[in-house]
Amino acid sequence: MTRRKLTQRIAAHVALLPFLIFALFPFYHMALTSLKQNRELYDRNAIPLLITKAPTLEHYTKLLWETAFLTWTKNSLLVTVLSTFVSLVIGTIAAYALSRLKFFAVETLGTAIFVTYLVPTSLLFLPLAQVVNWLGLGDSKWALVVTYPTFLVPFCTWLLMGYFRTVPKEVEECAMVDGATRIQALWRIVLPIAVPGLVCAALFAFTFSWNEFIYALTFTSSSDQITASVGVTSELIRGDIYYWGSLMAGAVLASVPIVVLYVFFLDYYVSGLTAGAIK
Amino acid sequence: MAIGSVGVATVQARVSLRARVGELLDREAWLGPIFVSPALFLLLLLVAYPFCMALYFSVSNAFIGRPSHFIGIRNFINLWGSDAFRQTFQNAFVFTGAAVGFKLVFGLSLAMLLNQQLWFKRLIRGALLLPWVIPTALSTLGWWWMFNSLYSVVNWTGLALGIMDPPGPNWLGQRYYAMTAVVVVNIWRGLPFFLITILAGLVSIPRELYEAAEADGAGPVARFWHVTLPLLKPVLAIVVLFSTIFTFSDFNIVYVLTHGGPINSTHLFATLARQVGLETGRIGEGAAISLYLFPVLMIVVWAQLRFVRKQAY
Repeated sequence: MTRRKLTQRIAAHVALLPFLIFALFPFYHMALTSLKQNRELYDRNAIPLLITKAPTLEHYTKLLWETAFLTWTKNSLLVTVLSTFVSLVIGTIAAYALSRLKFFAVETLGTAIFVTYLVPTSLLFLPLAQVVNWLGLGDSKWALVVTYPTFLVPFCTWLLMGYFRTVPKEVEECAMVDGATRIQALWRIVLPIAVPGLVCAALFAFTFSWNEFIYALTFTSSSDQITASVGVTSELIRGDIYYWGSLMAGAVLASVPIVVLYVFFLDYYVSGLTAGAIK
Repeated sequence: MAIGSVGVATVQARVSLRARVGELLDREAWLGPIFVSPALFLLLLLVAYPFCMALYFSVSNAFIGRPSHFIGIRNFINLWGSDAFRQTFQNAFVFTGAAVGFKLVFGLSLAMLLNQQLWFKRLIRGALLLPWVIPTALSTLGWWWMFNSLYSVVNWTGLALGIMDPPGPNWLGQRYYAMTAVVVVNIWRGLPFFLITILAGLVSIPRELYEAAEADGAGPVARFWHVTLPLLKPVLAIVVLFSTIFTFSDFNIVYVLTHGGPINSTHLFATLARQVGLETGRIGEGAAISLYLFPVLMIVVWAQLRFVRKQAY
C-alpha cells in the first residue's frame, strides 16, 4: 500500500468515527443506565458516560420479577412467530402466482400488492380498530396476529416476486416435462432455489412484527395482552415517576431477540434492505 | 357382491375427482387465482375495507360508542379552524423536509465513505445499520432519557466540551428544540436505509467510467457531479420517495419522545389523529386527520409506478 493510499484510508476511518458514535452511543448509554445503581444514576455530579460505582443487576431483577415483562415478551413472541409464519405462507404462494403464472388481471393484482405495501400503518389504525372490535378481538393479542399480515403479506409477496423471477423458467419446465405437477415443481424445485429469499422475507417479517408499535398500542391495552414494546413504553411509566433503570433494562432486553437474529444474519438484512425493504 | 361393487365405484369416483382437481391445479388460469386469493381476501378485508371506513368516518360525526351521521366536509372545515391542526400541518412538512434532506446528504456521504477500502468494513456496516433494526419505540426511550431535562447526557457532554451554556437547552420542553430532537432521532433511525441502498447503487457503477473520466482530466468533484450523481439518480429517487412516505407518516418517535408537545409543536398527522380519534373519542375527526397522509401516499405511488418501476424492468 502506498503512503498516499494509507493516509486516505485512515482519513476515511476518522471521517466515519462521528457517524459510528452517533449510531452506537444511544445503545451504549441505554445499557450503561440499566446497570447503574440508583445512587449513581440520580447523582447530578456523576459522570454519565461511565459507571464509576459497582454495576448492579437490580433493575433487571426488578423488571423480571416485579413487572409483567415476561408475559409481554411471551405475547410478542407468539404474535411475531404466528404472523410471520402466516404471512410467509400467504406471501409465497401469491408471489409465485404473480411472478410465474398467466391469469386474469395478474398485472393489476401485482400493482395492487405494491401499492398496499406502501400504505403506512398510521393511515388505517383508527378504522382498523373498529374492524378488530367487530371481529370480537378487541384488547386481544390475537388482533395483532390477524392485522400484522396486512403489512407483512405485501412485503413478503413483493420481496419473493423478485426472487422467483431469478429462478429460470426452464428448470421448472423440465420437472414438469418429467411428469411433475405444477405444485410439485414449486415445492421441490422452485422453493429450494429460493431459500435465501424465504429466509430474508422471514427475517424481515419477524423484525417488522417484533418492532411494530402503533397497532399494538391501539388494539391491546390489558397487561396480559400487550407486547414487549408497548409494555415497556406504557406500563413502566407511571405518572411522573420514571424508573429509568428498569425502563432502560426493559428496552435492552426487549431488543435482544432482534439483535441476536441481526448478528447471525447480517448479510440477509443488508441484501433485503437493498431489495427494497423499508418499513 | 353388490356392496363390493358400490365400494369400487366410490373409489373410482374419488380417484377421478382427485385427478380432476389435480388437473385444474395444473392450469395457470386456475392455480393463479387460487394462490392469490388468500392474500387478496386479507387485503380486501383489512386494508381496502378499513380504508373505505376511513373515508366514511371522515365525513361523519362518528364518536366512540355512538351511532354516526353524515355531516359532509364539516370535519375538514373544523380542522382548519383548529390551531392544533394547522400547527400539525406545518410540523409535518418541516419534519419531513428536514429529516429527509439530512438523511439524503448524510446517507450519500456515508455511502461514499463506505465505498472505499476499509479495515473492518463488515463490522462498521453492521454497526451503522443497527439503529434501523432495533424496535424504534424502545430505542426512542433511550433518546428520551438522553434528552431528559435534569440528567441529559447530551447537555452534560455539551457543557463539558464548552459548546453549551449552563444549564443547556431543555430539549423536550421548548418548541424548536423539541422539533430538533424529534428530527435528530428520525435521522438516526432512518440513515441506515439511505446508507445501505445508496451504497448498493454506488457499487453497481462501473469502475471504467471513473477511469475514463480521470483520463479526461476530471477531478474528484467533477467525477462526483458528472459520473456518480447522474448514475445514482434512480437509486436516490427510490430512497427519497420511500423515505418521504414513511417519515411523513411517522408515529413512534413523536409519540414516545414528546407526545406531540410542547403545545402541539411536534405533533404529526399520525399522533394528532390518535389523540383526537382515541384519546378524545372523535373518530370522525381523527380519520379526517389520518387521511391527510393519503395525498402524499398517492404522489409517491404515482411517482414510483411512473418512473421507478419503469426503469427496473
